[in-house]
Amino acid sequence: MKTENNQRFCTGLLLAPLLALLLAGGASAELRVEITEWNIEPAPVAVVPFGWNGNGAQAPLDVAGVIAADLRRSGRFAPIDESQMLGRPTRGADVDFDDWRIVKVEALVVGRVEQTGDNAYTVQFQLFDPFRGTQLVGYRMPASRGTLRRVAHRAADMIYEKLTGIKGVFATRVAYVTAEGEGSDRLYRLIVADQDGENEYTILESGDPIMSPAWSPDSRQLAYVSFEGSRSSIWVQTLRTGNRRQVSNLPGVNGAPAFSPDGRQLVVTLGGADGNLDIHVLDLATRQTRRLTRHRAIDTEGSWSPDGRYIYFNSDRAGGPQVYRVPVTGGTPERVTFEGSYNARPRLSPDGKKLAVVHNDRGNFRIAVIDLERDNQMVIVSAGSQDESPSFAPNSDTLIYATRQARDGVLETVTADGLIRQRLESRGGDVREPVWSPFPRF
Amino acid sequence: MASRHWLNKTLPLTAATLLLAGCGGGNTIPDPEPTDTVGGSDGASTSGGAFDDWGAGEDVPAGFDNPELSDTIYFEFDSYEVGTDDAEIVSRHSVQILESGASVRLEGHADERGSREYNIGLGERRAQAVRRMLMIQGVPAAQISTVSFGEERPAVFGSDETAYAANRRVVIRYEN
Repeated sequence: MKTENNQRFCTGLLLAPLLALLLAGGASAELRVEITEWNIEPAPVAVVPFGWNGNGAQAPLDVAGVIAADLRRSGRFAPIDESQMLGRPTRGADVDFDDWRIVKVEALVVGRVEQTGDNAYTVQFQLFDPFRGTQLVGYRMPASRGTLRRVAHRAADMIYEKLTGIKGVFATRVAYVTAEGEGSDRLYRLIVADQDGENEYTILESGDPIMSPAWSPDSRQLAYVSFEGSRSSIWVQTLRTGNRRQVSNLPGVNGAPAFSPDGRQLVVTLGGADGNLDIHVLDLATRQTRRLTRHRAIDTEGSWSPDGRYIYFNSDRAGGPQVYRVPVTGGTPERVTFEGSYNARPRLSPDGKKLAVVHNDRGNFRIAVIDLERDNQMVIVSAGSQDESPSFAPNSDTLIYATRQARDGVLETVTADGLIRQRLESRGGDVREPVWSPFPRF
Repeated sequence: MASRHWLNKTLPLTAATLLLAGCGGGNTIPDPEPTDTVGGSDGASTSGGAFDDWGAGEDVPAGFDNPELSDTIYFEFDSYEVGTDDAEIVSRHSVQILESGASVRLEGHADERGSREYNIGLGERRAQAVRRMLMIQGVPAAQISTVSFGEERPAVFGSDETAYAANRRVVIRYEN
């Protein structure tokens, strides 16, 4: 059964403050939230500008601004403008709940940043329910200039989880590939950025295509495919050092790497000289490969189930591409998708309950989410014609994928129910193959 | 505000290094973290392996000593079979390869529709169709290698049937 969500554009009332915020805050980031579509009403909240106690007139970072932007970007909250605030408390004792009941905010965040050393700060925040007049969470975290932004995202994560029951992903990162220029000037980049587009940096530049980035479970490494030397090879690169090693360069296709949940193995696609693409498991310590499928069809795009027991993959053994799964220990592949003529690039949600695919929806390639716990019910969650590369956020609630804007690829996020969809505007070039990092380990 | 962005500060340097080195292959750049440390990491790019000076959309003249012989075989939508006219082109290449003892690399491509890694499979399928034809005509397997670029190196940019048709191809490249 297929259901399609009725998407509608949000009206100027909500879009206007969003754009104002972007102009003020994100001008130099590669990816900015540009368009928001939703069909839920975001809840009004207030994030009061944080107090500052330290050298200089203001804190090195507008922590409240980062928290408010995170909450707004989730699509579930609408932080009110500072001009609507009747008070500017920075600690719970100073809050007059009536000020916040009048403006009808469902949640109130207050806090302050204190300098405790040359490059040492503490960030303190409290979340209140103004109607009950109760504190929902309060926290104090140490920070340096370099970690202030991450600490602000962690605060937003705690606030978001308290309010929604869903873990926040504001402290996570996204990797993606860009291509710019034409002919021999074409340059491919593998880029890592915070999920709000800040702190982006290029980890690999090449005149040859780069494909299929995949995060290690500890977020410290990326596996990817590179065509340097005009042949495909699979690499694993450590982000912190930039060191990388080639883990597969057999004749023919070396493609589609994805890490096992323990980080010790990759599932890869190998073609060999005869070009028969099959699924293999590559042990990263020994470099030994073990074949999992053997079929004349194209078997590719393998990914691990979160429990580590199955490899989900795409095979056109029945004609068009469909999703199958095979036990990691080997066995007979079992078909998973049946709806439509094209279901490719399977990715399981980290909670194992949903499966995202690229689905041919009457001629349009769109992202579909299949509910594995509800009779494999399929929801089309994107609205483009060339949408591809779905990747779940670690909270299983949101996906990121690539879509097309004129000639170039751009990124969008969407909730797994298809209700909140946002476009990340890029500075230029063709942006593709976004992959959402796991939760960071602090 | 812009100075917060590591990329903005160091990219020109990195790009210049790339140009000077005359290569675009596999330069890795380390994670700027820990963010408290500023500078010092600019020169840490390491260079990857050798690579060909080759770019997407570049119309390289047909191979070897025969500029009249096309180096590109085109395919119908959802098809992996060499058509009658193109079979003639492949035959002439096999004669050329056999006479010269040259090695060829068959570069398979797909149009942009659908999933990227699956398109790698479709490009490989096309390269293999040409490879089999060359082998039937006596070219030793050792003289043929294949690589599939899937949709990653379109000959023509665009999202219409003309562009798709131009991109569903195998390019025969002579090596050494």
